[in-house]
Amino acid sequence: MRVSRRQFISTVAGATLAAGCTRRASWSGGIVGAAHAAGHRLREGKFPAPVRTETHEAVVVGGGIAGLTAAHHLQKDGRDFVLLELEREPGGNAACGANAVSAYPWGAHYVPLPNVESTEVLALLEEFGVLTAWSADGLPIYDETMLCAEPVERLFTRGRWQEGLVPQTGVSADDRRQYDEFFAQMEKWRAATGGDGRRAFAIPVDLSSRDPQFTALDGQTMRAFMDVRGWTSAPLRWYVDYSCRDDYGAGLEDVSAWAGAHYFASRNGHAANAARDAVLTWPEGNGWLARRLAEPLRAKIRGGCVVWNVEPHNGGVRVDYFDLTRHESVRLESPAAICAAPRFVAQRIVRGLAPVALEYSPWMVANLTLDALPTGRGAALAWDNVIEHSDSLGYVVATHQSLRAVPRETVLTHYWPLDREPPRAAREHALARSYEEWCALIVADLERAHPDIAAHIRHLDVWLWGHGMIRPVPGFIWGAGRAQMAAPHGRIFFAHSDLSGLSIFEEACTRGAHAAAALLAV
Amino acid sequence: METRSARLLFLASVFTIATCGLVYELTAGTLASYLLGDSVTQFSTVIGVYLFAMGVGSWLSQFIGRNLLAVFIRVEFLIALIGGSSAAALFALFGHVDSFRVPLYGIIFVVGALVGLEIPLLLRMLRDRLEFKDLVARVLALDYVGALLASLLFPLLLVPHLGLVRSCFLFGILNCATGLATLGLLHRELPRPRALGAGGLAVLALLGAGFIGSDRLTAWSESSAFADRVIFAKSTPYQRIVLTRSGDDLRLYLNGNLQFSSRDEYRYHEALVHPALARLPQARRVLVLGGGDGLAVREILRYPQVERVTLVDLDPAMTRLFSTQELLTPLNGGALTNPRVEVINADAFLWLKANRERFDLVIADFPDPSNFSIGKLYSTAFFERVRAALGRDGVFVVQCTSPYVARRSFWCIDATLRAAGLTTAPYHAYVPAFGEWGYILASVVPLETEPLLPTGLRFVTRENLAQLFDFPPDMSAVPAEVNRLNNQVLVRYFEAEWANYIH
Repeated sequence: MRVSRRQFISTVAGATLAAGCTRRASWSGGIVGAAHAAGHRLREGKFPAPVRTETHEAVVVGGGIAGLTAAHHLQKDGRDFVLLELEREPGGNAACGANAVSAYPWGAHYVPLPNVESTEVLALLEEFGVLTAWSADGLPIYDETMLCAEPVERLFTRGRWQEGLVPQTGVSADDRRQYDEFFAQMEKWRAATGGDGRRAFAIPVDLSSRDPQFTALDGQTMRAFMDVRGWTSAPLRWYVDYSCRDDYGAGLEDVSAWAGAHYFASRNGHAANAARDAVLTWPEGNGWLARRLAEPLRAKIRGGCVVWNVEPHNGGVRVDYFDLTRHESVRLESPAAICAAPRFVAQRIVRGLAPVALEYSPWMVANLTLDALPTGRGAALAWDNVIEHSDSLGYVVATHQSLRAVPRETVLTHYWPLDREPPRAAREHALARSYEEWCALIVADLERAHPDIAAHIRHLDVWLWGHGMIRPVPGFIWGAGRAQMAAPHGRIFFAHSDLSGLSIFEEACTRGAHAAAALLAV
Repeated sequence: METRSARLLFLASVFTIATCGLVYELTAGTLASYLLGDSVTQFSTVIGVYLFAMGVGSWLSQFIGRNLLAVFIRVEFLIALIGGSSAAALFALFGHVDSFRVPLYGIIFVVGALVGLEIPLLLRMLRDRLEFKDLVARVLALDYVGALLASLLFPLLLVPHLGLVRSCFLFGILNCATGLATLGLLHRELPRPRALGAGGLAVLALLGAGFIGSDRLTAWSESSAFADRVIFAKSTPYQRIVLTRSGDDLRLYLNGNLQFSSRDEYRYHEALVHPALARLPQARRVLVLGGGDGLAVREILRYPQVERVTLVDLDPAMTRLFSTQELLTPLNGGALTNPRVEVINADAFLWLKANRERFDLVIADFPDPSNFSIGKLYSTAFFERVRAALGRDGVFVVQCTSPYVARRSFWCIDATLRAAGLTTAPYHAYVPAFGEWGYILASVVPLETEPLLPTGLRFVTRENLAQLFDFPPDMSAVPAEVNRLNNQVLVRYFEAEWANYIH
């Protein structure tokens, strides 16, 4: 009798332990994405000679938003062209994936309501039916299912979820005074114009005022600027740091005050059916836009192609690429080309291009498929869910835009800018980490707000962006290097958000459209 | 020594069996009254069946010739198991069987027959240990005293302190313990005492687990949250369904919110359906979104011109309950199994998005917009999809919470319908269980036909129909924002307006 009781207890305990262990390891997944190996081949530079030469009216190198938008305009003009992309699928930072539960983003996942001056973006959104009509008083009307549904944001602070991201619990009167001052200053700048009559902070960035009262901000870090203003409040600093990391993959110690202010003071989009701070989003993030751009171009897009040489040639352009599927190099010749690759790649492949000093933020993005929606005390699950004082940026819920009343499963996209050490070291460490190590880090981060999350994970994929975003460090936006990047190199036109110093959809889209216009004018 | 102890033990067994048997019988009667109502009928039939079953058991005892003791102990364990878990079993079965009376009387019959079998067996075993006159006197006396004890314990101690389910388990444990004690004392007279003992211990363990776990097994603990007795509770993947009963008043709650009271639901559903449908002599196809209780469908089926009703409700558990459960189908008159009705279990928004069919009338009978999930079903995006599903002269009716308690919420829905390109005609009705309740009739072109009401209505009349559309100053229109997916203002209005209102 005593024996059997002991046996019973040990069996139960064993089963519980076993269940606990298998649960932890029960999800599937791995490190997916960005073709680092193929990209690194570029550095070694050993590619076979081209087996054949093709002639086209144009070549687009790079299939991110800038390249796709440029190609979209070439297509509309009826040009014969080829778009070469390193990855199998185009999209760049707007890459996305899908499983049985939902489509989900691997990178950029929203577009704020476009500013009036973002004409290229407005035109594209109207073409795609995102902007459905214009109201009688001239305001755009957006497709309601693409406007980010309420609740948009929540913050896990002091053991509880609150609505909105600016910390509200446990903040002192002095914190609130600093909040008021800071946001009043940003509001003032939002409406401000410089001596040249331009908006202080515009999108695209090149439409911004060159008035030194604003551009001088580019000479210091956001932190230094806040020090000068006496904005030392810890919750305010946390919030501004979070915002900078969200947009630039680097915090207020690293980015310039001009870039920091741009995040808060540049947006002035309006809509007849949404508030000013609304954003447009899709389950797969900006992958939705990338797909809309890419679909009609399928026949002209060549994926899995490493471009290893771009050079002016006989008044035109010569492009050599290595096809990763066929293991052969091909030469394309055209009167003109658009290089829409990131600038650090362009500097490696475009012959004779003067190098510019560049800094990129590495990122980790994970997608977690869960068998239940995350909960928690306080505010209801939102689209963007941020954990205060976390190294990550929290998670975005891919099923948030679903019209389903009660989603039972979901995919969370967990964003993590790797800015706690210098970019090169962070990049190396990120690539060296095993899948299990990443899982441990991701789960530990999410467990701060959701202690039971591990039990609900069914699948977890990790994507590493070695050069995720251009980093607007002090002096970059209004320095000589950036100005130099925009100039064409012979008949090679450049298009990438790197040229703007801000990695956002609007910049990429505008750069792509402008490069196409320049090429078509040749 | 052994004879004396055995005699005492047998007599104790008589007492236990009598007490436990009566407890099971009373439990079944009470449970049947809780679940089915009409306690006089329930108790009469339960007692009748139980006594009859005892007679059957006694009669059957003649066929047991040998191993009396072994059979006796086995039967005791069986009674413990079946009787002890009967309340939990019946309660759990209530939501899953179409005809509750089958398991109810089945269990009562089995327990009754087993108890009926025990007493003659005991008499026969005691025959050699007592004189006949003493035997009959003691056994019968103990039987009746046990019954008295049970009938006093049951209402005074057990139900108030332990509840039905736990009391039942407790008496099962007593039953089982008596059996084990008999086994322990007389194991030498038994063929395979170890196997029998193991069986008894297993029963004891099951009952013990049931007793400890019965808080989780049942929803009696929920009773405190509801005014009336909870007779059914089920958590589906979508919601928590709770039915309560008080006398002839049956109430349905979804996630704790009252959906109807059987006493006055006709007011709510007549007001939901007739103001629109009475003006649609050409209506052939009707779509009901939500309303898985089938009560709105019942009203729609009064119109012979309606050829097909499509009901789209998210929760299969809801529509199944109201299609098959014998307690509930009389409420909707079997509407959900009517050949004119098609029941689809789907998410209304997604279903509507994929739908290409046109309807003459669409009725949205969703729960109130108390959370963001339900708030989506009152948004411009949703109403635009409904508009797309309306025929040229189609009409849309939506239940809109209380314009008295949640005035801004009500007029917010009105503003949202208008923003979706519909002409609205708001109205309201008094439903005692809810208070003043609001609806909005919306259409692409204003409805102008004269109403033609079916016969047999208890609330809506030709005379009072116009009155429903009149709003007194305390409920009249107030400015409100349009509810969109990207602002969900309705949920915020609703939360604020109902926050301090106790209903």
